Amino acid sequence: MRLRTTAVVGSLLLLTVTGCGAADMTKQASPFANAGAKTVTLSTQSWVGAQANVAVAQYLLEHQLGYRVDTVQIDEVPAWDALGQGRVDAILEDWGHPEEEQRYVQDKKTITRGGDLGVTGHIGWYVPTYFAKQHPDVTNWKNLDKYASQMRTPESGAKGQLMDGSPSYVTNDKALVKNLKLDYQVVFAGSEAAQITQMQQFAKEKKPFLTYWYTPQWLFKKVPMTEVKLPAYKEGCDADPEKVACAYPHTPLQKYLNTDFARSGGEAAAFLKKFKWTTEDQDEVSLMIADQKLSPEEAAKKWVDSHASTWKAWLS
Amino acid sequence: MATVTAPAPRIALPGLLRHRAVHKLLLLAVAAAILVPLANARWASGSWPSALTVDLTEPLTRTSDWIIDNRDTHPLFLYFFGHVSNAVVLSVRAVYLVLLAVGWAGVTAFAGLVAWRVAGVKLALGTAAAFLACGLLGMWIPTMQTLALMVVAVLASVVVGALLGLAAGLSDRMDRILRPILDTMQVMPAYAYLLPMVLVFGNGVPAAVLATLVYAAPPMARLTSLGLRGADKEVLEAVESLGSTARQRLLTARIPLARKELLLGLNQTIMMALSMAVIASVIGAGGLGDRVYQALGSVDVGAALAAGIPIVLLAVVLDRVTGAAGDGTEGSGRAGWAYALLAAVAVAVAGRLLGRLDWPDAWTLDIAEPVNRAVGWMTDHLYSGVPVVGGTAEWAGHFTTWVLDPVRDGLQGLPWWSVLLIVAALAWLIGTWQTALTAVLAMAAIGVLGVWQPSLDTLSQVLAAVAVTLVLGFAIGIAAARSDRVERMLRPVLDVFQTMPQFVYLIPVVALFGVGRAPAVAAAVVYALPAVVRITAQGLRQVDQASLESARSLGATSGQQIRQVQLPLARPALLLAVNQGVVLVLAVVIIGGLVGGGALGYDVVFGLAQGDLATGLVAGAAIVCLGLMLDRVTQPTERRTKKGA
Repeated sequence: MRLRTTAVVGSLLLLTVTGCGAADMTKQASPFANAGAKTVTLSTQSWVGAQANVAVAQYLLEHQLGYRVDTVQIDEVPAWDALGQGRVDAILEDWGHPEEEQRYVQDKKTITRGGDLGVTGHIGWYVPTYFAKQHPDVTNWKNLDKYASQMRTPESGAKGQLMDGSPSYVTNDKALVKNLKLDYQVVFAGSEAAQITQMQQFAKEKKPFLTYWYTPQWLFKKVPMTEVKLPAYKEGCDADPEKVACAYPHTPLQKYLNTDFARSGGEAAAFLKKFKWTTEDQDEVSLMIADQKLSPEEAAKKWVDSHASTWKAWLS
Repeated sequence: MATVTAPAPRIALPGLLRHRAVHKLLLLAVAAAILVPLANARWASGSWPSALTVDLTEPLTRTSDWIIDNRDTHPLFLYFFGHVSNAVVLSVRAVYLVLLAVGWAGVTAFAGLVAWRVAGVKLALGTAAAFLACGLLGMWIPTMQTLALMVVAVLASVVVGALLGLAAGLSDRMDRILRPILDTMQVMPAYAYLLPMVLVFGNGVPAAVLATLVYAAPPMARLTSLGLRGADKEVLEAVESLGSTARQRLLTARIPLARKELLLGLNQTIMMALSMAVIASVIGAGGLGDRVYQALGSVDVGAALAAGIPIVLLAVVLDRVTGAAGDGTEGSGRAGWAYALLAAVAVAVAGRLLGRLDWPDAWTLDIAEPVNRAVGWMTDHLYSGVPVVGGTAEWAGHFTTWVLDPVRDGLQGLPWWSVLLIVAALAWLIGTWQTALTAVLAMAAIGVLGVWQPSLDTLSQVLAAVAVTLVLGFAIGIAAARSDRVERMLRPVLDVFQTMPQFVYLIPVVALFGVGRAPAVAAAVVYALPAVVRITAQGLRQVDQASLESARSLGATSGQQIRQVQLPLARPALLLAVNQGVVLVLAVVIIGGLVGGGALGYDVVFGLAQGDLATGLVAGAAIVCLGLMLDRVTQPTERRTKKGA
């Protein structure tokens, strides 16, 4: 009896608190948003390039347009979902997710394209430049097997180690190793942080290694790396994930906005649509964050102070 | 001499046990002799036979697609989940706004004064200092976000847990239904909860709060039920003889008598919720956990630590204050409370009037830089080429090649039915036939799910980590039990490592041990060690002083005392340490997926990162089964027979 009364009272309370009608699952803002000021919520991904975009956008939104900016770290695919639901207002750097684009942009129309970021992304296999200089032929995939024994680690056992990073990244490496019949074992570092730490440790000792990596990335300035040529990319050669035997494409990185935000987001939405910079700009900020260990805010401030002409255009 | 007297009680027990053990083993051998040839004839394969697996990829993918497509339109979401989600967002927001409105001075004063009333002056100062430290580290806003989330999650967990506990405490049938469920939830690694929540609620605070609720409510339920059942029979009878109704008895006698357990439940719930606050940052909980997680992205140990310290401080303070409340020493008079409240309000108003609601930027201390330098130095000098002992990288390599690889290959090389047999034998020897059956069924479920190989890989990591943990834990525990000074020195260290978010030390661990299974094992050892050390030391200290004294008077050396008196007598505590160690290690070996541990941990991380329900959920289920199996295999019978006490 007692239990039932509590349950009834509880559900009544819930209803009165939330309003009696249907709840809109597409409007699920963060509870920390809009506490005191008008707020924009940006999704940052785990890699530093994405953090650099967000840091600069955040700095300008806060100091030039008077917004409060919340950032939420979400992986790529869940970020699409969150964007569709309005939990975040914008993704500033997307590496291409055709399936999600079809679902959210074309079918549900809860997400709107926000234009080019201005940076071109590329995924590939890399060896450290100090090793490539000693053995120039390592940069062609056909010669990789020759060096497999030097790339061995306890994890890869008798084969050479090809290190992959975060599970959230796009990768065909397992299929590539199999289809190109290489004497390598894909070892998943499980997170980009772990992968970077391992690469830095290898580089300190000038050890050879083979890794999945991508540009633009700040680590190239710290550990110079050279790309290994894979069979050239042709449109559609990566259609079947089991049979891929070609390199990764070059992808112009895209911005995406929540549809409601794009329509009624005012100055912030207009600003984020115009936000466009170059690979060098992004790298400059990334390096300040990741290598000099400046806080993203300080890094953004430094860049903003010295590149007024670039960002003035985004505000007009 | 001592050897003659001391082992006397010891012989009796193992003698009996051996007798029963032989019976059990014989029975099992007979069963195996009949079943194995049958199974082997039908499915002759080393690994789990593919004929016995069920592929869940297709239905799970369909479910996931259905949820995403219908989330905005289906009544179930519109009228139920939507409201739940809104209620969570609304309440977290309300608490957050209140915290912001009260300002940093008000929050600190309020926390300090509550601690003063509940636990005395010393803890009050500690509490206030902890909150100021959060601000000093530049983490005030994230701390308040985490606190808002925690307040809502803990309140909800306490309400849900207490209701369940009330049901289980008053009705035997409910108890029988709830007990296995709570048992299972207790051994589930936090990571396994995340994916289903994300799917229904999407990334964000509602999913995080609900995952925390599911994780933190069981201890409250368990302890509430325990408290209600443990009430003194004579007191109850006395109350009954006064002619009170059942409800009166509950309110005036049983609940007040269970006060200690209820407060312990609150304490446990808060601790669990805090540890979840960080893990839930993976699904968008925000706050301190998110700062730790973001720092991980830029390999910034210092920044991760700056966000990790407030979590440790909050945990230690909340633990001590609720613990003191459980002892019930202070708490005299309403007047004290009134003054305390008044003072807190005064400080808050003063803060407001002075316009100092946000923590002033100038008062922050940057610890990231020196910490990073220290970590950098450590990893530079220890990684490799250390004379004589070799660097950590070499150790990790040897550990992988000589321990992890053979154990994994050995496990994976065993025929599937023999793995089941071993599990059955171990579980039955230490427990009852029910525990053995649960363990075998859990193991078989892993095979049916089609993740036999990765599960054995994970299992090999768990075994290796548990072995290392136990060796170190028992050694340190014995040292702590023998010397008060060692124990006093260890206490803060254990506190820190028990509450420090695991994400903080994942990077240093990779820097020292490289990418792979070795760092996952190392992180697991760091996490599980404090609990093992604690339980060991406590168990050894609680050994009957009289038996110790008599051993000493017979001239036993200190080594003999430990080996022949303390350790045998502390056997239940040591078994509990093993059990706890196994469960904790499993929880971190899963997180080890983030540093190259592979296997099930990687699958769960992959599922979360790619929104791939099929991979993530199956791996999550396998982890739960693995946890269940490990718990049953290491769970001493004593814990079972005590039930109903």
